[in-house]
Parts: sequence; structure tokens; C-alpha cells
Amino acid sequence: MVETLVQNIVFGLLLGALYGLAAVGLSLVFGVTKFLNVAHGELLMLGGYASFWLFNLYRVDPFLSLPLAALALVVVGVVLYLLLFSRTVKMDEEQKVQTTMLIGFGVSVILQNLAQRLWTADDRSITTAYSRMSWTLFDIRFPIVRVVSMVVALVLVIALHQFLQRSYFGKAIRATVEDWEEATIIGIDTHRVYLVAFIIGAALAGMAGTLVSVGYSIVPSMGLEWTLVCLVVMTLGGLGSIIGTFVGGLILGVAQALTAFAVGGAYRQVVGLLLFLLVLAVRPQGLFGVKEG
Amino acid sequence: MLNVENINVGYKDLQVLWGVSFQVNQGELVALIGPNGAGKTTTLKAIMGLRRPWSGAIYFEGCNLCKAPAHKMAELGIAMVPEGGRVFTGLTVLENLELGAFPPHARKHMAQTLEEMYQLFPRLAERKFQRAGTLSGGERQMLAIARALMSRPKLLMLDEPSFGLAPLLVDRIFAKIQEINQAGMTILLVEQNVRAALELAHRSYVIQNGRIVGTGTSEELLSFEFVRSAYLG
Repeated sequence: MVETLVQNIVFGLLLGALYGLAAVGLSLVFGVTKFLNVAHGELLMLGGYASFWLFNLYRVDPFLSLPLAALALVVVGVVLYLLLFSRTVKMDEEQKVQTTMLIGFGVSVILQNLAQRLWTADDRSITTAYSRMSWTLFDIRFPIVRVVSMVVALVLVIALHQFLQRSYFGKAIRATVEDWEEATIIGIDTHRVYLVAFIIGAALAGMAGTLVSVGYSIVPSMGLEWTLVCLVVMTLGGLGSIIGTFVGGLILGVAQALTAFAVGGAYRQVVGLLLFLLVLAVRPQGLFGVKEG
Repeated sequence: MLNVENINVGYKDLQVLWGVSFQVNQGELVALIGPNGAGKTTTLKAIMGLRRPWSGAIYFEGCNLCKAPAHKMAELGIAMVPEGGRVFTGLTVLENLELGAFPPHARKHMAQTLEEMYQLFPRLAERKFQRAGTLSGGERQMLAIARALMSRPKLLMLDEPSFGLAPLLVDRIFAKIQEINQAGMTILLVEQNVRAALELAHRSYVIQNGRIVGTGTSEELLSFEFVRSAYLG
């Protein structure tokens, strides 16, 4: 009994790390540009398929294809930004959120149907030689691919955090988040900052997709569920805190696992939305967010 | 150096500036004075490219600013200190200063300019690892000025540096502005605090209801009713 409980928590943490990674991308994009890109889940799906086909057609190890998936999503990100999202940069914040939501919704419908056309509606997952291996510690199972995935997610999130805190361009991004007009005055091209943030968000989604396709499974219709997860995690962790958002992902993962354990798997999704409402009611700035004003 | 020629500027259907013209020459300290809502900040925003004039032209060293994007102004050599010592409150003092050197030519000399700024404002050196949000009003104003100077500008524009500061602090900030000007910096000072501005400026322009209504040296301007009532009252 106790072992099953602990096993569930472990699985929750392992999945939660991927929630965190995906949500950090969406949170960065929203924090910097105020674009609410509801096609974020579809970007993740594309990353998953990129690695899936690289593995099945060319035998590229999924962990080695991570940078390739990121690169593919950078290209997709640039196209989406220049073609669609850049048109909203001059709008005020509220109008921007609404318009980008509509754009994102349209993009998600297109990408989903395109993926279904090209790659069928079947569930896919990458099965490597080491996919079934796992470590066992005190009767608790740690599947290797999921543990490595969690480490990759953690490394990526810490790298992003360090980039924003320490690098010169990272500081320029933080300055733009705080006050775009002031940033423009000192010579920062804020449109370029927006583009870079959007690209990083897309690349993170793509890499999260790779990790999902190796530890779990992917399907063309997965995007909406992942976007919802990202929105919940983003709210949970609070805006403006990269590490906080990642921890929010872990919390959601564990909460889902515990719910599945206690009341049944059918309620996994419900707990996320309940947490979402609870946080909004009690602590709208999120668990680790800073209150505005 | 800076030539503003007959600009009309507005927001949507509300015109704020009506045919405003003035110039600032190399090495001068010129003040643009006027009451609240006269269009002083809008004038600076127009020069910075943040608010495009409906008509008219702005030339900086012979270059038409109306054709340059707003983020290029710093590279061209124009720095602006926004009203109320607006700084990046979530970033440290040092990070604020580093970002001030964003234009490529300034970034090359960042370490050297930083030293100069710490000499000009020793208080900033003491506070360099503190978040700018924890600074007092006067310190923020100093940081805002230092951040603008980090870009090694040819023209420094200040928007109401006296805003919200106690009289003693105003004197101290204005003494610094004079010191910076005497070191060779061309300055355009926008002020509501007419007395303090006139004491400092070589020449001034009076702006009222979006129009330039007078110009001259401090003594000449004292003949204006608005200036006199503000100066004496």
C-alpha cells in the first residue's frame, strides 16, 4: 500500500517535470510578449513527431534528437511569429491577449488536422532498446527514460533561468518585461526581444514534446490537453518565476497521481482545474509569483 | 545639434503640440518650461520616436529622426531620463547601469563609463547590488541619470528631474546636472519647476497649451506673466 503510494508520487514527479518544462516555455512567452499562445500544446506535439520520425526513419536516438526538435520548432516559431503574432505587438495588453488567443486557436486547429492527415490519428511512442529498463530502489521503480527526461527538463529550466539572470540579453529581456517603453529609450529593440522569447518558448515546447514521445506517447490531438496543463501550471507557479513555474509542474504531476491513486484515473484532469480555481481564489499571483503593483 | 521644426503631434484625435519649433546647440543647457499638461513630455517622446509627429520634422546632427525607429535613438546619441526617475525596479543598480550601455559603441566602453558614473554618483557604487526598487526617490533619479549617461550620449534629455523630490534634493540633482553640462554634455531640460530650471539654463523656451509662447535667456523670460507668477509665487 505504502509502496504503491510512493510509486505513484514518483511517477507524478517524473511526469510533472515535463509539465514544468512545457509550462516554462508558455510562461516565458506570455510574460515577455503578453501573447497567450494556446497553440503551445501543438508545438509540443510537433516536437514529439519530429523526434519520432527521426528515430523511426533514421534511427536517431531521441535524446540526441532533442536539439533537432528544438531547431525545427525554432523555424516553426519564427514563421508563426513573423506571419501572425507580430501583427499584434502594437495592441494594448488586453486586446493582445484576446487576439493572440484567437490566432493560437486557429493555429492549433490547423496543426492538429495537418498532423492527423500526415501521420494518422494513432498513438505513437518511441521505443528504444533501453525503453523498458528501469532502476529499482526499495521496491520503487524508476524507468530510465523518464528519469533522464526529468534531468534534461531540470537542466533546461536551470539554463533558461541562468540565461535570464546572468546574460546581457537576458537582462534586456527582463527590462523589457518590466517596461517596454523605458527599454526602447535605452536602445533595446523590443520587437527582437519578443521574437527571441517566442522562439525560446517554441524550442522548449518542442523539446518537451520529444521527452513526452519517449517516456509516454503522442497523438495529433494531444495539444489542447497540454495547453490546459501549461495554463494551470503557469497559474500555479505564478508569472515571472521560472523555477516557480517548474515547481508548479511538479505539484500538478503529484496532485494528478495522488488523485488517480485515491479516487481513480478518470479524475486526473479534474484536479488540475480544481487547483487552478483554488489558486485563483486564494493566491491569484500564484504560489511563487510576485504581487503586482 | 537638435532642430525641431514645426511639429504637430497628437494622440488619436487629440492634438497636443501645435507647430512646435526650437533648437539646441552643441554644449548648451536649454530648458523647456511650462505648466503641467503643456506638452513637455510629448515633445520629448516625439524626439525619441515614441510618438510620431503628424507633420513637421526633427533633425539631430542633420539626420531626420522621423525616419529612425525609436530604439535607434540611443545609438544615434540621444539619451532620455524619463519622468520620476523611472528605472527597472526589479533589476539591481548595476544591471540598470549595464543595460544603459546597450548601444554597441557604449557597450565597448562599459567598464570605463561605469567607473565614471560611480565617481559622479558615489551613492550608486554603495548600492550597486541592491534592487533599484529599494532606492529612495533621490537615488532613483541619480540612477536614471547615470543609466542615461551610460550610453555615452551627445544629447541628454531630462524629463522633470525635480519631480517628487524635496527642495534640498532638487538642489543637489540640479547641481549634478550643471556639473554634467560643464563637462561638455549638451542638455535639454524639461521642467515645471521654473525657478530651478531658469537658474541653470543658458536659454529657455516657454511652452503653454502645446505652443511655444516665448524664448530667451532667464532675465528676458521674466517679463512673461506665466514665468513671473511661477518664479515669484
